[in-house]
Amino acid sequence: MQNSASVTDDLYHQPAVARTPARRKAAGRAIVALASFGFLLVLLVQILHTTGATAAGFSDWRPILIAYLIWAVAFAIAQVLIRGERGQRALFLLPAVFFTIAVVIFPTVFGIYIASLDWNLSSVEGPRFSGFGNLVGMFNDTYYWNALGNMIFYTVAVLGEYAIAFGLALLLSAEIRARKFFRIVFLLPMMLSPVAVSWMIGKSLLEFRFGPAATLARYLGWENPAFFASPWMARLSIQAMDAWVSIPFIMIILLAGLQAMPREVQEAAKVDGANGWQSFWHVTFPIMLPVSITVLIIRIIFKLKLADIVINVTAGGPGGATDTVSSFIYRVYRDRSNVGYGTALAMVYLVLIIALLTVLLRLSKRWTQRVA
Amino acid sequence: MSISTSALKPVRRHPAAPRAKRMLGRVLIYAALLFWTFICLFPIYWTVTTSFKSAVDVTQAHLIPWVDFQPDWKGWRSLGLSPDTLFGTSTARAEFMSRFANSIITSIGASLLALILGSLAAYGLSRFRYKFAWMRNDDILFFFMSQLILPPVVLALPFLVLYKALALLDTRFGLILLYTLSVLPIVIWIMRDQFNAIPIELDEAAFVDGLSTWGAFLRIILPLAVPGMVAAFILSLVLCWNEYFFAALLTSTDAKTLPVMVASQTGSQGINWWSMAALSTAAIAPLVLVGIFLERYIVSGLTTGAGK
Repeated sequence: MQNSASVTDDLYHQPAVARTPARRKAAGRAIVALASFGFLLVLLVQILHTTGATAAGFSDWRPILIAYLIWAVAFAIAQVLIRGERGQRALFLLPAVFFTIAVVIFPTVFGIYIASLDWNLSSVEGPRFSGFGNLVGMFNDTYYWNALGNMIFYTVAVLGEYAIAFGLALLLSAEIRARKFFRIVFLLPMMLSPVAVSWMIGKSLLEFRFGPAATLARYLGWENPAFFASPWMARLSIQAMDAWVSIPFIMIILLAGLQAMPREVQEAAKVDGANGWQSFWHVTFPIMLPVSITVLIIRIIFKLKLADIVINVTAGGPGGATDTVSSFIYRVYRDRSNVGYGTALAMVYLVLIIALLTVLLRLSKRWTQRVA
Repeated sequence: MSISTSALKPVRRHPAAPRAKRMLGRVLIYAALLFWTFICLFPIYWTVTTSFKSAVDVTQAHLIPWVDFQPDWKGWRSLGLSPDTLFGTSTARAEFMSRFANSIITSIGASLLALILGSLAAYGLSRFRYKFAWMRNDDILFFFMSQLILPPVVLALPFLVLYKALALLDTRFGLILLYTLSVLPIVIWIMRDQFNAIPIELDEAAFVDGLSTWGAFLRIILPLAVPGMVAAFILSLVLCWNEYFFAALLTSTDAKTLPVMVASQTGSQGINWWSMAALSTAAIAPLVLVGIFLERYIVSGLTTGAGK
C-alpha cells in the first residue's frame, strides 16, 4: 500500500484541484473490474476444487488470501485513479478497513455459520448441519449458565478494583518523595503476562503446603488455608490475581485525571472549610466521574475476556466455580473438540456483551450529563 | 480510604494544622505506599529467588538469599541458562530460545503492522471527512473501536477452521494477523488523539509549500507524532507479548510462544519449582525491563484519550 501511495504522490502536486480526466477514470474502473474478476475466478476454481467438481486447484486456500490482497491493492490504486485527491485521502483508511474486514468481519460471519453446525474436529464425519441444535444444547448446559453467573461476579468485582486503584492514584498524587519510583513499582504488575502470574501467584505463592501466602495465613490463625478448594474462596483468589494485574491500568488513568484537575478547585473547597473527606466526595469524585466511567467501561470490556488465569490456575474448578465463559469454551474445544457448539456459545456471549455494553453506555451518558 | 483522604490535603499549605496530625498523615501515606510496594514486588521477588532455590529451601519457605539459603543456579541449569551449562548444548535451552524468538517476532511484527495500519487510519480520521455509504467519521471510528469488545473466544474457533484451510495454523504469520487485530483499536485510539493534538495549520502550510496529502503526512506530521507512536508501539508490544488464548489454540509446535510454554510446564511436570520459577522469570524479564525504563511512554500511551 505504501508503494502505490508514493507513486501517486508524484502525480498530484496540486491537491484538491483538477478534475480527473475521463481516461484515467476509465482505467481505474478497468483495474477494479479486472481485479474483481481475477479474485472471483480464483475463488471459483478453489471452491470447485474443494467440492470435487474439478481436478484443477490449489492444495490449500492460501492463494485466496493472496488474491484478496492483490484485489485490495488494485482497488486502492483505482480509487486514486478514479477520484483523484479524494481517492488519496481514502487511501489512509482503506488498509485498516480491508484488514478489519478480512480478519474480523469475515470470520465473525463465518462463525455464525459454524455455530449452526454439529462439527467435531476430531471425528472423521466432518460438519453436519444442525440448525438450532447447538442453542438447544446450550439451554440445557448448566456449566454455561454457571460460567455466565460467574461473569457477573467478576464484572461487579471491577468496582472493588476501581476503589483500590482510586486510593492508589490519590496516594501517588499526594505530595510524596520518590514519586517516580512508586509509580514504576505500582505499574509493574500490569506488564507481567497473566500466564506467568498464574504460576507466580496462583501455583506457588498460594500453594497449599508451602506457599508463603498459605504460611502467612496459617500464622494468622487460618488453619486450613486452601485458596482454591471452596467455590467462593477460589473465585476470590482468581479475582485477586486478576485485580493484581489490572489495578495498575485503572490507577494510571485515574492518576492522569487527577493531575489534569485544576488546583484551584481543591483550594476553593479548602477555603470553604471542607475537610479531606468532604472535599473528596463533593469535589474530586464528581470531577473525576467522566474519567472514572471511561476507565470502568474499558476495564469491564477487558474483564469479560478473562480466561488465561482461570485456565492455568484452576481450569474452571472446583466444579466450575471459577469458570469464565471464555475458559469454559476453551475447555469445550480442548476436551470435546466441538467447534460448532463452542462457537455457538461464543456467539450468544457476544450478543449478551453487546447488549450489556449498550445499556452501560446509555446509562453512563445519562449520568455524566446529569453531573455536568 | 481513610488513608487516601488524608492524602488529599495539601498538608504543607496548612501551617495551622496541628503538627502531630500532620505527622500522622505523612506516616499513613508512606505506610500505605510501602504496603502496596510490597504487594507489587513480593511475587516478583519470590519468583526470582525461587529460581535459585533447591527443593528443601522451597518447602521450608526460605526467603532471603545467603541468609536463609544458599543460592544455586538450579532453576537456570534446568533451562540450560546457568553459567556452567550456557556454552554446552541443551535441548531445554534450544526449546526456550525458539519460544522466545517466536514471542519476539510475533509481538514486534504485530505491533509494527498495527502501528502502520492504525496510524494511517487515525490520521485520515483526524484530518478528513469520510462518507462510506451511511458511515461518517464517528461511525467509522466506532466501527474500529467496536472490535475491542469482541471476546477472543468468538474469533478463536472460526480462526481455527479458517487457518486450517489457509495452512496458517501454527505459523507466526497467522499469530501476527490475529495480534494485529487485537491491538489495532488501541493504536487507532492513541494515534487519533496524537494527530488531533497537532495543529491542522501545519498540514495547510505543507500544502502551500506544494506537498501532496501524503507528502505532508509523511514528511511533516508523522515525525511530530513519533512520541505517540512509541507509546502505542510499546503498549501493543505488552499486550501481544502476554497474549495466551489465541497462541494456545492456534499453535502446537513451530510457532508456540513463551506464555504457551510456561502454561504447558505448569500442567505436566508437577512441582518442579525452581525450573518453573526460572522460566517465569525469563518470561517476564523483558517486560519488567520495558516497564522500568519506558514507563513514561506506557503512561502517556494509556492516558491519551482517557481524559475525555
